[in-house]
Amino acid sequence: MSTPATPTRKIQKVDSVTIRFVGDSGDGMQLTGTEFTKASALAGNDLATFPDYPAEIRAPAGSLFGVSGYQLNFSSKDIHTPGDQPDVLVAMNPAAFKTNVADLKVGGMLIVNTGAFTGPNLEKAGYKSNPLEDEALRQNYRLFAVDISQLTETALEGSGLSSKEIARCKNYFALGLMFWLYNRDAEHEIGNINKKFAKKPEIAAANVTVFKAGYAYGETSEVFLSSYEVPAAKLAPGVYRNVTGNFATALGFAAVARQTGRQVFLGSYPITPATEILHELSALKDHGVVTYQAEDEIAGIGSAIGAAFGGALACTSTSGPGLALKAEMIGLACITELPLVIVNVQRGGPSTGMPTKTEQADLLFALFGRHGECPVPVIAAQSPADCFYAAMEAMKVAVKWMTPVILLTDGYLANGSEPFRIPDPASLPQVKVSYQTQANGEKGEFLPYKRDAKLVRPWAVPGAAGLEHRVGGLEKDSLTGMVSYDGSNHEKMVRTRAQKVANVVEDVPDLTVSGPAKGKVLLLSWGGTYGSVRTTAELLQAEGKSVAHAHLRWLNPLPKNLGAVLRSYERVVVPEVNSGQLAFYLRASFPGVDPVQFNRINGKPIKTFELAAAVRELL
Amino acid sequence: METTTNGQAKTSLPTLTKKDFESGVDPRWCPGCGDFSIINQVQKLMPNVGVPREKIVFISGIGCSSRFPYYMNNYGMHTLHGRAPSFASGLKVSRPDLMVWVITGDGDALAIGGNHFIHAMRRNMDLKLVMFNNRIYGLTKGQVSPTSELGKKTKSTPYGSPDYPFNPPALALGAGATFVARAVDVEGAHMGQMLKSAAEHKGSAYVEVYQNCPVFNDGAYTYMTDKAVRADSILRMEQGKPLLFGKDNKKGIRLNPQTVHLEVVTLGENGITEKDILVHDATHADPTIAFMLANITGKPGFPTPIGVFRSVRMPTCDELTWEQIEDVKAKKGPGSLEKLLASGETWTVK
Repeated sequence: MSTPATPTRKIQKVDSVTIRFVGDSGDGMQLTGTEFTKASALAGNDLATFPDYPAEIRAPAGSLFGVSGYQLNFSSKDIHTPGDQPDVLVAMNPAAFKTNVADLKVGGMLIVNTGAFTGPNLEKAGYKSNPLEDEALRQNYRLFAVDISQLTETALEGSGLSSKEIARCKNYFALGLMFWLYNRDAEHEIGNINKKFAKKPEIAAANVTVFKAGYAYGETSEVFLSSYEVPAAKLAPGVYRNVTGNFATALGFAAVARQTGRQVFLGSYPITPATEILHELSALKDHGVVTYQAEDEIAGIGSAIGAAFGGALACTSTSGPGLALKAEMIGLACITELPLVIVNVQRGGPSTGMPTKTEQADLLFALFGRHGECPVPVIAAQSPADCFYAAMEAMKVAVKWMTPVILLTDGYLANGSEPFRIPDPASLPQVKVSYQTQANGEKGEFLPYKRDAKLVRPWAVPGAAGLEHRVGGLEKDSLTGMVSYDGSNHEKMVRTRAQKVANVVEDVPDLTVSGPAKGKVLLLSWGGTYGSVRTTAELLQAEGKSVAHAHLRWLNPLPKNLGAVLRSYERVVVPEVNSGQLAFYLRASFPGVDPVQFNRINGKPIKTFELAAAVRELL
Repeated sequence: METTTNGQAKTSLPTLTKKDFESGVDPRWCPGCGDFSIINQVQKLMPNVGVPREKIVFISGIGCSSRFPYYMNNYGMHTLHGRAPSFASGLKVSRPDLMVWVITGDGDALAIGGNHFIHAMRRNMDLKLVMFNNRIYGLTKGQVSPTSELGKKTKSTPYGSPDYPFNPPALALGAGATFVARAVDVEGAHMGQMLKSAAEHKGSAYVEVYQNCPVFNDGAYTYMTDKAVRADSILRMEQGKPLLFGKDNKKGIRLNPQTVHLEVVTLGENGITEKDILVHDATHADPTIAFMLANITGKPGFPTPIGVFRSVRMPTCDELTWEQIEDVKAKKGPGSLEKLLASGETWTVK
């Protein structure tokens, strides 16, 4: 380690790299991953990330279920996914090694902290002997055995920190090493560390020391024959920031508040993996946002409906179990016809299921999961950055059509990140708010359920004198809104509410297809599988295969041309992270259309190589 | 304050009468129902609360009492069973300029809505919550409620109820309500005063109204409201006055210094004078005595207290929320959509 730097070490250029950092949930892998992500973004790469962590905050150290991971794909090309199989795996302990090594590409780089491969840790991971001594391992992967624990201790000798504090610095050694390996801007990171730990200067100094030691290790030890460079991607010119889906969702709502000058109100209850929406919006109070952490999921949406009655642009955020609790409330928002956006960040279900893992299994629940006839528009975001636009669009439709709207994202989008090109405000979806100010009845009275040509009722809010009226959950007269138990009025109201939601189709753009307009296979994705499916389609198209891709953004109403598109291909393949909900919905909506299902329910995004292999078999 | 109040007309205060607060829909309560007396008092009060009609909102849950907003000529919401406080809280936080009333019943507020009730109280949200307590489920035709007496026989408890009831004012006090009062449907004028005090209070106001259900629980309160027993069975709590009751006002409530419990004493007996009698102070910051008074309700040998148990001014949740928003705005300075979008760590691609 004391040998001088060898500046003659060569730098290899590569297009794309997928790195996965794995360790104990207390090892700081999420921080390591996000810091490396920031550096890759600043280097101009396109990127996509996928954090994968356990539901327990601090699972027992060294246990298999306590492993936390962060995968990052960075590239000089336009990419859509965080990558299937990592090219590089950084494993901080035996448990992390055991649960992740099978995913590493054959021939991939395996960097392990040998210092953690000791008796108790090996035992906790279920090893009788040290797996690093296995010859097959060295044949399959390029193993770099680095005693990160010891090197960190050595670097901090005499620092006065406790051994526990020293152990917590070791993720910065791994980060420093990766910075050297991929030629990242170390000075910038040192600045970041100092900023992050500004309140604890001794910890900041220790982390900087260890980070530098990791960097120097790469440079001076003879272990690595070369370092790598991933050139900047040709992204559209502009100013970028990295966003997770949850942050982008919050940003979208705050943008609505700024754009309209109206209050955006979030009523919410903490639930994984949706909680960050509440966190982020709570921090944006200066932009016209009011947030309210309610006592439960039901009160979360109840407070939002109350605020909507008062004229706020209201939303609530939740995940599957919370959506179940909100179902009765959505019915009330539907019958009262008040604007509201319900964000459902889908996770593995049913029940508590797999809170930190992704799934797309709430589609049918979003479409149909209420008592009575209760249709609502449903939109699904397709990528972390797209959550921004989806949130704005959902609010636009809610307000324009006086209806609750469900916005579906998922755990993968919520926690995953990608570069977001900061848009020109003029190009954003325009949310238009207008409150009723005049009586609308022939006798000078106010009729809260008298509709316009599009079947939308007026929004009169408290404070408007002369427009005092009552809304509620009982069926209401089609004009006055007063309670009505008349059967024919009920039928009229049920049909009218459904027709109004069907009319939203005028705001649903036609489905666009990338690839041949007719042909053998159409890959149809929705929501968070966009990236995987898009990548698969591009892969197959590059092989010269007759494969097209289309992506559904609005699940209700469906685009007008969807039926025609589906019937233009011999086979329609619907990949989903559920057991076939969109496929079921398409069969019901388009008689004769029988999609080929491709389903994974393993809590992870769809892997492109698996999907590509399945599609090749159809061709 | 940046609230979404635009679109509203001018809010001058014309002189309105009780009639201006009647929606024109005839209440569909059973003949003889105590609810009529309550709506009568509320409508009488409305012209005098100092808030324009269009800025007063009534929000209810489900049950007989919860039909109330339909009969008021204000903005109103008839919501879901037990959930009224959640809508009311969201509305009040969003629109602190409004006066928000919650109309609820014992089943609505304390069974299915118990959680929302206690949280509305603890937050000191500026809501006026009036709970019609008839100790029965009326709209579902007669089952025990969370305030029904132990052993009560109903359709769902044909052999008697094995549940202990809530003591609602004690619950409200325990949850942190800053205004807690009790009234009785047959004492209209007193109820009117309680409602007026609640209207004037800034913060979570809870008014319990003992209300007779002539169909499913008739005579539930005659043990205390019957003329023959009224004087001995009702303790009228008045601010700054000794807690005396009984035909000749000879009985009183004393805080026994040895047992530190409340007890009923008689003036002139055992050397008791008016000096020994507890003087009512609902404005004390510490709710302990109020809690003790709430807890004599239903105790053998004790009268039932009516009046204001507690009335304490504390910053409300809606006030604190908006103070914070104003502080953050002042600290961060004027923003814009452009600034919002470009906040955080950015990089430029040329």
